Amino acid sequence: MALVTPDNHGLRLWTRYSVLVLVAVIFIFPLLFMAMSSLKPDQQLLSDTNSLRAFLPVGDISMQNYTDAFERAPIGVFVVNSVLITGATVLFTLFVCSLAAFSFVFLEWSGRGLIFSILLATLIIPYESIFIPLLLMVSQLPWIGTGGLEWGWLNTYRVQIIPFIADGLSIFLFVQYFKDLPRELIEASRVEGASWWTIYRRVVMPLSGPVIATAAILKFLFMYNQYLWPLMVVQAEEIRPVMVGLGYFTDQLNVPWGEVMAYLTVITIPVLAFYLSLQRVFIASVASTGVKG
Amino acid sequence: MASKLTRSNRAGWLMALPGVGLIATFIIVPFFLAFGFSLTNQRLASPNPTEYVGFENYSDLLGMAFFTLEPERDEAGNAVVEDGEIQYPRLRKFTRNNPDYPNLQGKREWFSWQSGENRKVVLASDVVFMKALVNTVTFVLVVAPLQSALALGLALLINQKLRGISLFRAIYFMPVVVSIVVVSLLWKFIYSPGDGLLNNLLSGLTFGLWQPLDWLGNPSTALGSIILMSVWQGVGFHMVIWLAGLQTISPTLYEAAEIEGSSKWQTFRYVTWPGLRNTAVLILIVITMQAFALYAQIDVMTSGGPLDSTQVLVFQAVERGYGKQDISGGSTISVLLFLIVLAISLLQRWLTRERT
Repeated sequence: MALVTPDNHGLRLWTRYSVLVLVAVIFIFPLLFMAMSSLKPDQQLLSDTNSLRAFLPVGDISMQNYTDAFERAPIGVFVVNSVLITGATVLFTLFVCSLAAFSFVFLEWSGRGLIFSILLATLIIPYESIFIPLLLMVSQLPWIGTGGLEWGWLNTYRVQIIPFIADGLSIFLFVQYFKDLPRELIEASRVEGASWWTIYRRVVMPLSGPVIATAAILKFLFMYNQYLWPLMVVQAEEIRPVMVGLGYFTDQLNVPWGEVMAYLTVITIPVLAFYLSLQRVFIASVASTGVKG
Repeated sequence: MASKLTRSNRAGWLMALPGVGLIATFIIVPFFLAFGFSLTNQRLASPNPTEYVGFENYSDLLGMAFFTLEPERDEAGNAVVEDGEIQYPRLRKFTRNNPDYPNLQGKREWFSWQSGENRKVVLASDVVFMKALVNTVTFVLVVAPLQSALALGLALLINQKLRGISLFRAIYFMPVVVSIVVVSLLWKFIYSPGDGLLNNLLSGLTFGLWQPLDWLGNPSTALGSIILMSVWQGVGFHMVIWLAGLQTISPTLYEAAEIEGSSKWQTFRYVTWPGLRNTAVLILIVITMQAFALYAQIDVMTSGGPLDSTQVLVFQAVERGYGKQDISGGSTISVLLFLIVLAISLLQRWLTRERT
């Protein structure tokens, strides 16, 4: 297994791998503990913490915690909500932000430079610093629904989606990528009489796989993990996302830890599996946010 | 520069409009509203009209005063001592409706120290906010260097050419994709007092010498515990950015260093580190901005306690703006948070400019 070359002697290789494994253990143990604990009754879960049994599927193993957790809270509804909200936002983001970036890179229009610098400036506004005024704002915004004009966005899907569709970073990522595309390609299509819309759809977007993946993954992580905003704007159970749904378990006098672990496993493992299957793309996405410097 | 081919006002505006419009509505407008509300007494819902109050919200948060408390004296002019302790008049005498000390009105003791016979007292209008400010800054000052250094260490570790290295990279990055809410809840359990997992682990490693700690329940360890967990969760993110920086350094430089016979440390010091300067500044800024926004950890693990030892800015902003529906108070904290972040990113601009 070991690759032996003249300057990679067995011992040195062995030390290197033990350091790597040791660090890996630090990053894995809480997650392993979570998954294993979700299979144990509360009493065993607590008593197992004083031995390595905490990390092993041993003793009274069952799916009981999962059954109980699903009975305590409408977890299915929360998962569907999160998938719906995250999915919708990601799709809208990809469309709206790539379109804006296309306009910034390939078209000349008055005010372009100024507006682009304003967008760049918004990058340093933390969402956390605008949530409070945004809360007041969305509580009074109009909307045309099935019953005509209505006021107030609180307790809706749209309040969890629309404010997060466009952001400076997503537009910026597309702009950086579009800049490196060969301009001649666009100009040639233009000479042939293609409309801007056609060029966007038929020429530029099909070439943009990597940046689409990057923007989608970053938005996905941000949206799926959102906590503070839904906590403030959503009271109704039927539109609640998974992170806020945790309150059903933690607001108890005696926290049912087995069920908590089951719930955490349910909302985490799919994301981890998704990440592990696409880990190169995930890591490249994060790395690309660092290249903007 | 504008070629006839690409000049198109109408199409340009139309295509940029959805994105620009949404950012204007949901980021720029609330941003300016925060400034506006911070000068009023705006509430989430109130029967009374909103009034302009000037900088009152700011002075309510930031107001501070310094006061020297002199001991009670007997007729001879000596300090009164009871049970070996010098007796002082109640601070309340000065802070409650005392016309001689208008600057102390309504303030409370933040901290104090002994100076000879006297006691020096620092008073603040809003002691909880001050604690939140200090805790947030402490959090940032510890997390930023610690996390970036550990991330660099991991990046160097993972930058080796070894079989299976990408598996390790994937594992180190794993906590980043897990929600901070999930991580916080998980660690809240790991940090349980007495027979908790971490206490048991440490006790096992030290053959029973470890004295169990109440990690989150003790004011002296609570913030530290949250820092440790936050670093654990976030370090993989910055490892990846370091790694991207490391890979921009030309291999020929390393070859040259090897031919010159330089030691590992010399290679790092004179080849690797100079190539990472811009990455370093960027990473510090990213970590700092993320650290200032810390909220979920506090909300899930401690709610600001014990004894306000884990109060932080965003938690305070939410508690006021949402919990107490005091939009103006919450907005004022948000503005202060933004100004701090702005100051730091201007510092970054200045640092990078000087070097290029």
